[in-house]
Amino acid sequence: MPDDTLNVSHFLVTGDPLIYGADVSIVVVSIAIVAVLTYYRKWGWLWREWLTTVDHKKIGIMYMIAALLMLFRGGVDALLMRTQLAFPNMRFLKAEHYNQIFTTHGTIMILFMAMPFIFAMMNIAIPLMIGARDVAFPYLNAISFWMFFFGAMLFNLSFVIGGSPDAGWTSYPPLAESEFNLGPGENYYLLALQISGIGSIATGINFFVTILKMRAPGMTLMRMPLFCWAVLATSVLIIFAFPVLTVALALLLIDRIAGAHFFTMLGGGNPMMYINMFWIWGHPEVYIVVLPAFGIFSEVVATFSGKRIFGYASMVASLMAIAVISYFTWLHHFFTMGAGPGVNSFFALSTMIIAIPTGVKIFNWLATMYNGRVRVTVPMKWALGFIPNFAVGGATGVMLSVAPADYQYHNSYFLIAHFHQTLIGGVVFGMLAGMYYWWPKMFGFLLEERYANWGFWWFNIGFYVCFIPQYLLGFMGMTRRIYTYPTGMGWSTLNLISTIGAFMMGLGFLFIAAGIVYSIFYGERDTTGDPWNGRTLEWSLPSPAPHYNFARIPVVTSRDAWWTMKEERKQGVLPPGRDELRPIHMPKNSGRPFILSLSFFVAGFGLVFHWYILTVIGFAAVAACLLLRSFDYDTDSYIPVDEIKKTEASYGRS
Amino acid sequence: MKCKSARWYRVLPAGAACLMLSGCTREQFLVFNPAGPVGKIEMHLVILSMVLIGIVVVPVMLILWYIVHRFRDRPNNRAPYRPEWSENRTLEFIWWGIPIIIIGILAVNTVRDTFRLTRPPEPAGKPLTIHVTSLDWKWLFEYPDQKIATVNYCYIPTGRPIQFVLTADAPMNSFWVPQLGGQEYTMPGMAMRLWLQADKPGTYFGSGANFTGRGYAHMKFDVIATSDPEFSQWAAKVRQTAPALTRSGYTQLVKQSVVGRMSFSSFPPGLFQEIIMREGGMYMKHDISVLDNKA
Amino acid sequence: MSVMQGSLFNHPPSRVGGERVEHADHPDPNLWIFGFWIFLASDLVLFASLFATYAVLHTHIANGPSARQIFDVTGFTAETLFLLTSSFTCGLATWSMRRGQQGWLKAWLVVTLIFGLLFIGFEVDEFATNSMKGYGMSTSAFLSAFYTLVGTHGCHVSLGICWMVAILIQVFRLGITEVTARKVFVVSLYWHFLDVVWVFIFTVVYLTGVMG
Repeated sequence: MPDDTLNVSHFLVTGDPLIYGADVSIVVVSIAIVAVLTYYRKWGWLWREWLTTVDHKKIGIMYMIAALLMLFRGGVDALLMRTQLAFPNMRFLKAEHYNQIFTTHGTIMILFMAMPFIFAMMNIAIPLMIGARDVAFPYLNAISFWMFFFGAMLFNLSFVIGGSPDAGWTSYPPLAESEFNLGPGENYYLLALQISGIGSIATGINFFVTILKMRAPGMTLMRMPLFCWAVLATSVLIIFAFPVLTVALALLLIDRIAGAHFFTMLGGGNPMMYINMFWIWGHPEVYIVVLPAFGIFSEVVATFSGKRIFGYASMVASLMAIAVISYFTWLHHFFTMGAGPGVNSFFALSTMIIAIPTGVKIFNWLATMYNGRVRVTVPMKWALGFIPNFAVGGATGVMLSVAPADYQYHNSYFLIAHFHQTLIGGVVFGMLAGMYYWWPKMFGFLLEERYANWGFWWFNIGFYVCFIPQYLLGFMGMTRRIYTYPTGMGWSTLNLISTIGAFMMGLGFLFIAAGIVYSIFYGERDTTGDPWNGRTLEWSLPSPAPHYNFARIPVVTSRDAWWTMKEERKQGVLPPGRDELRPIHMPKNSGRPFILSLSFFVAGFGLVFHWYILTVIGFAAVAACLLLRSFDYDTDSYIPVDEIKKTEASYGRS
Repeated sequence: MKCKSARWYRVLPAGAACLMLSGCTREQFLVFNPAGPVGKIEMHLVILSMVLIGIVVVPVMLILWYIVHRFRDRPNNRAPYRPEWSENRTLEFIWWGIPIIIIGILAVNTVRDTFRLTRPPEPAGKPLTIHVTSLDWKWLFEYPDQKIATVNYCYIPTGRPIQFVLTADAPMNSFWVPQLGGQEYTMPGMAMRLWLQADKPGTYFGSGANFTGRGYAHMKFDVIATSDPEFSQWAAKVRQTAPALTRSGYTQLVKQSVVGRMSFSSFPPGLFQEIIMREGGMYMKHDISVLDNKA
Repeated sequence: MSVMQGSLFNHPPSRVGGERVEHADHPDPNLWIFGFWIFLASDLVLFASLFATYAVLHTHIANGPSARQIFDVTGFTAETLFLLTSSFTCGLATWSMRRGQQGWLKAWLVVTLIFGLLFIGFEVDEFATNSMKGYGMSTSAFLSAFYTLVGTHGCHVSLGICWMVAILIQVFRLGITEVTARKVFVVSLYWHFLDVVWVFIFTVVYLTGVMG
């Protein structure tokens, strides 16, 4: 067992201006938040309205805010790396810092930015789209969010307390074993991912049940909006992929804490086990984050083309095909580990095959716009920017799947450029499209266009400037994760251009953020509830939606339910006589999810430093929370008809 | 204004690419400048796959531009508007079909070359075996036939297939000499075989391609290809002039450090096999067959 | 399965003040049961990963003992008997519940708990005996995998025991209601699931171990 004689200088990371800067800013921001909340007497409001909420819309908003903050943190990491690589033999960061920064960049972007962003969109849109009043298990949903939140907090804490992990976001052993990696950073990584991973599995189960069991009457599976299909596929992937990550991380943690020999060099350990398990989760994970983006693009493209989505059945089939095949491609992340040619061929083919349904989706989006009326709004810009971007990203993915050629791309900047192109061009573009699209539904006002356009163009052009050079660098033999490089290889110019592109993207992000702040004060109010002339049920509600969503559960008769209702109204078909309002059964708010997750955080923090008393206290609190829930029979209440009438009237509806 | 900017961002990447290429010479694109048959096979696959994906990507860009241009929602746009048009068997048949054909062609080539690269390159001269061990943060090359060893550089004869047998006595790395061919992992407890060959003399850049910690960025090495007689002369010279690598010398070498080039006139016999067996090779039938194949 | 759910949970829609109510979050208790099945599927993947790890590492004994040297046939046979029996008595508990026999329900749950505790007791004893001999988690990859796989199952069973106690208390307090019935049913599902996993551990780990 690793000895843990820690003193203060080990505990608080010292000796680096970067860290001191972070320390100061964390303290200042915390004081500012506390001061503002106290001055405006908002503590009670914060607790009642947000920290204890089980409302999917509010949980979605919290996920989104967290995702944007993490996008900022991960983005700053990226800019630090690109600054270090701008010139050969640069002395901006030391190797230790560079290694920590690329590790946190990758981990944060995948697990604490992309994941919460898709969860944000799922939470905000899915119940509204299927005509439900909440998700299947609202209390569990709150637990999911707080588990993610405290997982992310634990991970970010490592920067100032104890030191960040530095074995890469994949954290391959034996490099991540205590033999080579003594510091607590790696423990932070393992525990933070574990805690947020529990939340992710719960979310997967929750949305799987919600979509299958909570749809409004008449909404058959084949009448669901494509975003619902995408989230259904994603949920299935989460349910079956995340437990594998849980095991991989747990075994590595047991190696580190209890001195076991799963992945060590000696004692019979087998590091290849970890690599396999990591990617058995890791490849589906890529599709977990990109499928919801595909779903959002399907909604956005159809809405802003004023047209039905083209080839709906094909789109559903390709989503499902991608979800299934994505389980059989994990080995392409390590063709070079030397499995036999038969095995490599199998995984090369399965990887190529996944490109077929993906390609079909792109053609179907194009055909959706064909014969339509394309309104180039902000969400549509992100969708239009996505298509060429993802076409190239997907195509280079096909190049990478050619196993023998992969021997030349693997771990080079070609690979880096490829996966950034799919993850930024696919996921980030998709989530931003979703954010601009559903923003009025979340907050009741639209995001201002001018800032948003500047943000889009800087980010989009910056993307190409940043990553196209990296493809070329890969062909020139530049490998990933090197903190410095020599002159004379011809890498210098391209690296400088790439760095410029990265800063252009950073500027784009600032425009997006500034646009949000501007719109909070001056944004155009959405009084109709349907600012985009939408097609799906969420646009039938006022903006922002009342907390019970639907006063009356809608009856669905076709795909694009809201569009059909509007068409019928135009043709003078009167909606059928409406039912009387009835009391609505809603879950009560609870502070327990917050406290439960906080307890996990405490237990995790104890484990990071081998302070087992803290761990025991944390887990005891977890057990107490679970037991209290089991004995709690006062979990929900009814909204009386009068209150519903009053709320509806305030929106000008009856 | 919007229309102009749409064109603008399509032109930009192309322009940027030209700008970048002007600063670099063709030789510096190592993957496209192969020096042996393995690198050539891989380069042909790279080019083939680029052409094949181009068949899809380029039309997608053009069609996207055309559609957005033609069906833009502006007053007096006389293009047809058919909000219910959402099914067309023929079209769907085409765009399921084209990717399937392209992937089919690529698949055949991939499988063929995947199998081909596990065998020695042809036409085959007499193979030479080199045992490679990645350490923190240096490369150890052992020549079992010549009984010499080097660090951070190696000589190979041209025109002969080289069987690199790879392992690690440190966290996993990856052995990559782009101009000779693709990389393969070096892993503790595993003996991995990688066939490469140089057809022309030269000094080829090699590096570790898998992250191993603090000194990883400095794990570069040179592969120097010379004619067969020159290679033998070099080996003889090392045998006569360099010091021996002892067991305690190896223990020193394994410790984390960044070093320059080193040469050794001999190395402890069986060292390579011993490391592999100790770190898990004893459970791997694969390792034993690779190591025996040599004997 | 569907038969059990159908007979147990086909209640008429609940009413408030004689008025039919629309539920927001749970149209019927089957939603929980369905959700729990999905959770079990997920948990099964977790065990599958641990089994895969064991399968890869079970020959990697380094300088430690082999499976045959440490597995005690009487011990694991007893464990198996206890757990299988407890699963049977757990089934009897839900059967009594469906017939409305509150007394029998409580009795069978208590019997189930006793067998569960016996199982855990034997397992703890097995682990303790081996550790005392110096065969711990850090001895070899085989033992790491063994302790982790069997220990994870043991943790699941321990958690199940605590959970079942909590539900038993609620049954004592409230009798058989819609809510307690649902809870008993879900915990019994969990218990049977752990039984199934044990059958695999018994064959893959113990039987193969003593024979191999």
